[in-house]
Amino acid sequence: MTDETATPGSVPGDDVVPSDAQQLEVIGVREGAFGVSGSGDTSGFGGLTRPVVMPPASTAPFGGWFDEVAEHLVDGVGEAGTGGAIEKVVVDRGEITFHVRRELLVETARHLRDDPTLRFELCSSLSAVHYPGEVGRELHVVIHLTSMSFRRRIRVEVSVADADPHLPSIVGVYPTADWHEREAWDMFGIVFDGHPGLTRILMPDDWPGHPQRKDYPLGGIPVEYKGATIPAPDERRRYS
Amino acid sequence: MTTTNDPYAGTTESADGPVFTVTGQDWDTIDPSLADGDHIVVNMGPQHPSTHGVLRLVLEIDGESVTDARAGIGYLHTGIEKNMEYRTWTQGVTFCTRMDYVAPFSNEAAYVAAVERLLQIEDQVPQRAQDIRILMLELNRISSHLVCIATGGMEIGALTVMTCGFRDRELILDCFEAISGLRMNHAYFRPGGVALDLPDDGLQRVRDTVAVLRKRLPEYAALCNANPIFKRRLKGVGHLELSGCLALGLTGPVLRATGYDWDLRRTQPYWGYDTYDFDVVTWDEPDAYGRFRVRLDEMWESLRIVEQCLARLADSQGEPTMVADRKIAWPSQLSVGADGQGNSAEHIAHIMGESMEALIHHFKLVTEGFRVPPGQVYTAVESPRGEIGCHAVSDGGTRPYRVHFRDPSFVNLQGTSIMSEGSMISDVIVAVASIDPVMGGVDR
Repeated sequence: MTDETATPGSVPGDDVVPSDAQQLEVIGVREGAFGVSGSGDTSGFGGLTRPVVMPPASTAPFGGWFDEVAEHLVDGVGEAGTGGAIEKVVVDRGEITFHVRRELLVETARHLRDDPTLRFELCSSLSAVHYPGEVGRELHVVIHLTSMSFRRRIRVEVSVADADPHLPSIVGVYPTADWHEREAWDMFGIVFDGHPGLTRILMPDDWPGHPQRKDYPLGGIPVEYKGATIPAPDERRRYS
Repeated sequence: MTTTNDPYAGTTESADGPVFTVTGQDWDTIDPSLADGDHIVVNMGPQHPSTHGVLRLVLEIDGESVTDARAGIGYLHTGIEKNMEYRTWTQGVTFCTRMDYVAPFSNEAAYVAAVERLLQIEDQVPQRAQDIRILMLELNRISSHLVCIATGGMEIGALTVMTCGFRDRELILDCFEAISGLRMNHAYFRPGGVALDLPDDGLQRVRDTVAVLRKRLPEYAALCNANPIFKRRLKGVGHLELSGCLALGLTGPVLRATGYDWDLRRTQPYWGYDTYDFDVVTWDEPDAYGRFRVRLDEMWESLRIVEQCLARLADSQGEPTMVADRKIAWPSQLSVGADGQGNSAEHIAHIMGESMEALIHHFKLVTEGFRVPPGQVYTAVESPRGEIGCHAVSDGGTRPYRVHFRDPSFVNLQGTSIMSEGSMISDVIVAVASIDPVMGGVDR
């Protein structure tokens, strides 16, 4: 894993400022091994502590057409000289992710769609990921855009805090985001300001809670089979 | 009287005048002198034979004309994405294959492509495994389009189209059963390859099926293409131009019927689709009829690809169908028996009787699974309904941290409103059928 590159002993909430491009994106801490805790561990593996680190920010040049897109995106949005809307850029596994400030999300989306050098005509997908370990940036909204003209795909990511789960809706730019944003609200409790009708979409209208959040249990009951009992899936031993 | 105690329409007054709630067989309780006009809100579904599963359409109608159409979904939500966070990366295939149950291989394809990119083993997947995947995907495209044409025909009263469609689809599902052990919900694609190689008679079976399909596919064209009733029901219905498709994110046959040849197999090829010879089908009438013709022609193109697959697979007999990396490759050798897919007796004998190390290896990989380095990817493949994408996030563990599927039915269904507002109720059925939504995929 990436132990040697991470700050030893860093834990969530402990001075983690991942918006800084120089910092590693620590999203949690993994402890022990083999999924056992509290038993008489004689192996020593139970004492393992490893930070969970997402791929770090990349610096230009990013390679290929990534630089062209990044350049046009930085120049086109926000005030000149401030780096525009981009918090950081991550190039990983041949895909590029632009972390965008939420205030400038709509402007960024419109620029990505309309700029003749970018032309991201299609919003393929919008969803969210809950990183409870990343304090202050727990909820990430992930937007996948496709440029059919240039046959390119990029990812735009916006982070918001659990305490203030608001970001502007991009339905005005990409009408297809309508249902996607409703799903993100339904599943994560993220509020898209300016959405034409932000209601639950998959869960019943009166459902309490937002099921895809990490603090929402999976649920389930133990199942008895031939005298043995198999616990519910979220109660079983986990190795990760 | 039901007008006052309805929990969902508590008020009987609105800006447009009094609101009455009737639920059937109680229309005579309404005083006609109070009702002005016949503006009615109707729930079509969730239990309606023409809504492709459990889709609820809230239609505001003025006589026979639809003034407002809204789709209500979620009736088939099973939390597949959440469940996948509690299983290993390999077990995830078993869940996602159940989303769009008419095109299960596309779900599996998007998912295993995402896992393979996360593991960065995309170029290590053996060629034979990729050819088998393409064979299955294309057969599945035909069977899915057959279901679309069959159910679409049934909904407008063309029952012969329905019986023909399901008859021919069953031939393909028989092939799937012979190869993967199951008609549907195969879990046949695995990260790194496929679960098991083709059976000895697999190629011949598919070859025979292709021969039968070549004879039978012209029947659909003969039945429908110039059929005056069929054309009058479909032409001009569910009209949606290219700009509307892009704004609403519609892909697949709906997009190609506008004349735009966007097909991920051609525009962003994966697994060697660029080495296959086929044409992207388009049509110049963006309506239900155009979509029907696109699907009809796509089945022929899929047959062409299947035949090329058969030739390649005949040449690559005996080559591996799983990555060489033993830390990822599923250790268990499966076999298809008379009662479906099961463990291979040979493998069981090996781990239980011959090699302790093999047993440990098997146990570790099957119970714990393999670790996937942290990061996120988005992979998209062309399903019969359009772009199915998989956004997979790993935190370095043995289970997915988050998996989200961009299901084409989910996105395409947003076109319901624009396609059916202003039309007749009977055209709503045709418009929805031309989108070809599968509610298992919409609701996941």
